[in-house]
Amino acid sequence: MSGNEKKAKKEKKKIIPKKNPMPEQDPKVRRHNFEEVPYGYTPELAQKEAERCIMCKKPLCIDGCPVNIDIPGFIKMIAEGDYVGAARKIKEENCLPAICGRVCPQETQCEIVCTLAKKFEPVAIGRLERFAADYERDNNLIELPKKLPPNGRKIAVVGSGPAGLTVAGDLIVLGYEVTIYEAFHKPGGVLMYGIPEFRLPKKIVEEEVDYLKKLGVTLEFNQVIGKSITVDELLKDMGYNAVFIGVGAGLPSFLGIPGEELGGVYSANEYLTRSNLMKAFLFPEYDTPIVRGRTVCVVGGGNVAMDAARTALRLGAENVYIVYRRSRTELPAREEEIHHAEEEGIIFKLLTNPVEMYGDERGMVKRIKCQEMELGEPDESGRRRPVPKEGCYFTIDTDLVIIAIGGQANPLLTKSMQGLELNKWGNIVADENGRTSAERVWAGGDIVTGSATVIEAMGAGKKAAADIHKYLSDKEKQESVSWKVSN
Amino acid sequence: MTRIIEKRELVKDIHEMVLAAPLIAAKAQPGHFVLVMPEEKGERIPLTIADYDRDNGTITLIFMVVGTTTMKLSRLNASENLYALVGPLGHPSEIEDHGTVAMVAGGIGTAPIYPIARSLRERGNRVISIQGARREDLLFWTEQLASVSDEHIITTDDGSFGRKGLVSEPLKEILENDKEKRIGCVYAIGPAIMMKFCSLTTKPFGVKTITSLNSVMVDGTGMCGGCRVNVGGKTLFTCVDGPEFDGHLVDWDLLMDRQKIYLKEEKCSLDRYMEEVGGK
Ligand SMILES: Cc1cc2nc3c(=O)[nH]c(=O)nc-3n(C[C@H](O)[C@H](O)[C@H](O)COP(=O)(O)OP(=O)(O)OC[C@H]3O[C@@H](n4cnc5c(N)ncnc54)[C@H](O)[C@@H]3O)c2cc1C
Ligand SMILES: Cc1cc2nc3c(=O)[nH]c(=O)nc-3n(C[C@H](O)[C@H](O)[C@H](O)COP(=O)(O)OP(=O)(O)OC[C@H]3O[C@@H](n4cnc5c(N)ncnc54)[C@H](O)[C@@H]3O)c2cc1C
Ligand code: FES
Repeated sequence: MSGNEKKAKKEKKKIIPKKNPMPEQDPKVRRHNFEEVPYGYTPELAQKEAERCIMCKKPLCIDGCPVNIDIPGFIKMIAEGDYVGAARKIKEENCLPAICGRVCPQETQCEIVCTLAKKFEPVAIGRLERFAADYERDNNLIELPKKLPPNGRKIAVVGSGPAGLTVAGDLIVLGYEVTIYEAFHKPGGVLMYGIPEFRLPKKIVEEEVDYLKKLGVTLEFNQVIGKSITVDELLKDMGYNAVFIGVGAGLPSFLGIPGEELGGVYSANEYLTRSNLMKAFLFPEYDTPIVRGRTVCVVGGGNVAMDAARTALRLGAENVYIVYRRSRTELPAREEEIHHAEEEGIIFKLLTNPVEMYGDERGMVKRIKCQEMELGEPDESGRRRPVPKEGCYFTIDTDLVIIAIGGQANPLLTKSMQGLELNKWGNIVADENGRTSAERVWAGGDIVTGSATVIEAMGAGKKAAADIHKYLSDKEKQESVSWKVSN
Repeated sequence: MTRIIEKRELVKDIHEMVLAAPLIAAKAQPGHFVLVMPEEKGERIPLTIADYDRDNGTITLIFMVVGTTTMKLSRLNASENLYALVGPLGHPSEIEDHGTVAMVAGGIGTAPIYPIARSLRERGNRVISIQGARREDLLFWTEQLASVSDEHIITTDDGSFGRKGLVSEPLKEILENDKEKRIGCVYAIGPAIMMKFCSLTTKPFGVKTITSLNSVMVDGTGMCGGCRVNVGGKTLFTCVDGPEFDGHLVDWDLLMDRQKIYLKEEKCSLDRYMEEVGGK
C-alpha cells in the first residue's frame, strides 16, 4: 500500500464513538441469582468492537497494561476473525486472560490511555480479552505450550492466588518441578473465596488451574505453610531450590466500635468466604450456614464492599445499604461495579460513618447508629478527609452488617520465618523482582503491596519467576565453573 | 484426602478417630487443633488433637456428635477418607513448672486435657485431675487420664459414678484446702458454661486459670475474624491468638452468644441430613 492509499483508508474509517455494549442479565432478574452478570460478546460484536481500534503506530495501551500484553496485536487478530490466535497472543504475557478480562480495572490501566479515549469511549479492551479467552476455552481449543525438558530444579510456591499461579505457570514451562502449597481446600485465593460467582464464575478459575495441572504443576491443598511445614523446611529438608511466597493480604480490619462482636456482624472476608468458598449460598445443600439479612449494611466503598452488598442482595435481602464515610467521587470501587450495584438497587448512604451497633436479647445485631460526615481538607491520599458533623446522628434498623474496610498482612507465615524483612505494616519487603531479604525466598502480590489487584499480583509473579530462573541459572553456571576449576 | 486408620464409638455419641497425617503428627503439641471437613459439601470444624504418634504418623481426634458435621464424621469408618484436614493450628499449650496443677475436664474436654496433663506431668508437675460427665456411661478415657495424674477425681451429674455433682465443686474444695498454695495453675476445658463456672470458682483464690475456647471457625488462620472473642476487653481471634486464654479475662456470655448464631440453620441442616440418610 502506498502512503497515499494508507491515508485514504484511514480517512474512510469512521469511528463509532461508543463501545459496543456487552449483553448482560436484566438487573431485576439478576439481583436474585448468582449467575454471571454480563454474557460476553458474540463473535460478531467482538469483531465490530475490534474494528474500532485504529491501530496506533505508537500504542499507549501496551504500557498501560501491567503485564504489557500486545493489545493491538490481539485486537487485530479478532478483527480478522482469528479468535484463537488472539487468545494465544494474550497468553504470551498473561496466563489468566479469562479472569483478567473480567476483573481487571481496565478503565484505569489500558483503556484510560487508549487514543480513542481522547475524543470517544476507548476500545473495550477488557471485553475483547474476555471474549478471546472464552472463545478458546468454550471451543476446547486450548493448547498446552511447549515445555523445556526437566532441569532437575524444584520450586515451592506458597499460596495459589493469582501471584502464585503465575509463578507456577511461568516456571513449569521452563522445565522446573513446581509444587503449590495452599492453605484452603480449593485453589485460586481471592479469585475463589473473595470475588463472587456472579462476577467471576468459579468454573473459570478451576479451568485455569486445571490448565496448570495439565502442564505438570502439583497442588498440595490444606497446607498452612508456617504451621504444617515451614519455609525453612521447604528449602533445607525438602530440597526446593527456591520458594515464592504469594499468601495475599488475609487479615480483616474491624471498625473498633461497640457492638461489633454481635452475631450477624461479619468481616467481608468471612461473609464472602462463607458464601463463595464454602458455598453457603447453596445452604442447606452445602453445610456451611450464613446469616441472611433483610436489611443489610455494608460498611466501606471498595470492590469488596460492592461484592458483599450484591451477594447479600442475592441471598434475599430487601434493602442493602452501602455505608461510606466519604462522597461518591471518592468511592474506591470500579465505576462498573458501582454502576452494577446501583442498577441492582443497592442504596448508597454516603458521608455516613457507623459509630455503634446494638443487639437483641439473643446477641444478634438489630440496629446501627451512624454519624453524618462532611468533606474537609484533602489528606495524604489526596482525597478530601471526612469530618464528623457535630451532633448529627441517625440509626438504621438492620439484621446483617458486613465490614469491608480493607485489611492488613496476615502474620501467620511471616512470623514463622527468621531473617525475613517486613515493613511497619507487616508486609514483606521485596525488590522489583520480588527478591526478599531471606536467601532463595521471593514474594509478590498482596503480601508485598497490601491489597491491590489481580493483574498487579500476576505482574509481580511474572517478574519473580523470571528472576528465580535467572538466579538459579546463574548459580548453576557458577557452580559448574567452580566444579571445573576444582577438578 | 486423609485416610481414617481407626474409628470407634467410645461411649454413646463420642467417637475416637485415628488419622494418617504424618506432617501434622510430626509437629503436633498439646493444645493444637485441626480443621476437619468430612466431605466436599461439608463445613470446616475445629477439633483438638487429643493424641499423636510421631512414629506411625497418626493423630487421634475425639468428638461428640452435636450436629451435622460431627454426625457425618461419626458415620465414616476406617479406610474411608476425610475430604480435608488442616493443621496443626493455634498456639500449643505452655508447658511450664507450676508445682501442682489442677486439670479439670468437662465432658468432651477430657480429650484436649489429656495430652496437656501428660506433658505437664512429664515436666515434673504434680497433676490433680477432675473429670466430669453427665452419667457413668458417658465417661471415657478415664484410665488414660488416671495414668497421667497423681490424683484423679471423677464426678457425674447424677452420681452414677464417682462423686455426685459438678466438676467445680471438688475444684473449690481442693483450692480451699490448698493452704500452702501449691497449685500454681488450673486448666479447665469443656463446654463454655463449665469453663465459665470453673473460672468463677478459681477467681477468688487468684489462681491462674487457662481455658480453651470453642468458637465457631471458618479458616483457622486469622483470615476471617469469625472466631473473635473478647479477652480482657480486647478483641482477639481464637484460632491464631488462642485457643487457650486466661479464663478470668474471657467474656463468657459473648462466647456463648456467638456459639448460638446459627442455631436455626444447624437444626435445619441436621434434620435434612438425617432425613437423607434415613437416620435414626
Ligand atoms: C472481594 C474482593 C474483590 C476483589 N475484586 C477485584 C477486582 O475486581 N479486580 C482486581 O483486579 N482485584 C480485585 N480484588 C483484589 C485481588 O483479588 C487481589 O489483589 C489478588 O487476588 C491478590 O493476589 P495474591 O496472589 O497476592 O493473593 P490471594 O489472591 O490473596 O491468594 C493468596 C492465597 O494464599 C493462601 N495462603 C495464605 N496463607 C497461606 C499459608 N500460610 N500457606 C499456604 N497458603 C496460604 C490463601 O489461602 C490464598 O489462596 C478483590 C479482592 C477481594 C477480596
Ligand atoms: C479449638 C477448638 C477445639 C475443639 N475441639 C473439639 C474436640 O476435640 N472434640 C469435640 O467434640 N468438639 C471440639 N470442638 C467443638 C466442635 O468444633 C463443634 O462441636 C463442632 O464444630 C460442631 O459441628 P457440627 O456441625 O457437628 O454441629 P453444629 O450443629 O454445626 O453445631 C453445634 C454447636 O457446635 C458449635 N459449632 C458449630 N460450627 C462450628 C464451627 N465451624 N467451629 C466451631 N464450633 C462450631 C456451635 O457452638 C454450635 O452451636 C472444638 C472447638 C474449637 C473451637
Ligand atoms: S477462624 Fe477465621 S479468623 Fe479464626
